[in-house]
Amino acid sequence: MTAFTATVTVRLKRGVLDPEAETTQRQLERLGFDLDDLRSADRFEIDLDADGADEAAERAEEMAERLLANPTIHDYDVEVAERE
Amino acid sequence: MVTVTIAVIQFGGSNCDRDSVRALETLGFDAELVWHEDGLPDDVDGIMLPGGFSYGDYLRAGAMAARSPIMEEVREAAADGTPVLGVCNGAQIGCESSLTPGVFTTNESARFQCEHVHLRVENADTPWTRHYEEGDVVELPIAHGEGRYEITDERLDELEAEDRIIFKYCDAEGNVTPEANPNGSKHAVAGVTGDSDHVAVMMPHPERASLDDLGRTDGKPVLQGFAD
Repeated sequence: MTAFTATVTVRLKRGVLDPEAETTQRQLERLGFDLDDLRSADRFEIDLDADGADEAAERAEEMAERLLANPTIHDYDVEVAERE
Repeated sequence: MVTVTIAVIQFGGSNCDRDSVRALETLGFDAELVWHEDGLPDDVDGIMLPGGFSYGDYLRAGAMAARSPIMEEVREAAADGTPVLGVCNGAQIGCESSLTPGVFTTNESARFQCEHVHLRVENADTPWTRHYEEGDVVELPIAHGEGRYEITDERLDELEAEDRIIFKYCDAEGNVTPEANPNGSKHAVAGVTGDSDHVAVMMPHPERASLDDLGRTDGKPVLQGFAD
């Protein structure tokens, strides 16, 4: 078994309104920053032991499917790295 | 009168559970609070998922409660024909648990909104709306930060074609306008049915408009749906 950290990033699908991101963008603009767009995302870092990176990714994907993301409005991706 | 027993499911953070019981009892139902860890009693004739902030709205409103063991039982009961009504947080739980389509997410305003709204009855041929006429305008309170109905355009067109939308936000005259839509819901959807119309969810609170002492009672007919 190897120790991995699977990072699951959950973001709204393109086209789905994100009022919090819009509010954040407006506030940045109010502070004088110049930006075209701002998107927010949730990131989950999951420490787990697995036989290999593929298995670690598979388990993290299942976690995203079952709970972390809602497929109606979210896309997600999974990155796996060995943990020291 | 035959006794109709309604289970009102309590999760950690439910806060409209006792209001729901009182409203249901006023209408003559035998309403009982059921703590989610105790499981669903065998003899219930209906299930209400009440409002609140189950699990602190962590992750997404309703996401945690939707995956609790009792919701497996609720889904099975619903599949067997038991009426299920989800209100506010109960509506979010219903959508998160796939009892009903779509999702209720952050209001367009990004704020919690507590106000009275008008709703137009879109389909009066469901247990929850059959005491209204199609096109009736009813006034109910909302109290939510995540009530914006979101779903793909294709799926929403299907739901419209299947008459699955039961309430839409409207103005006092029944016009569905952007100004009368309090939270930016797609197609102004305030309530929707599941695969069968004995399962429905809605963000406005019928149980908060069901007691004569509190003035408006526009919500009574929704709860009477449990009797049919």
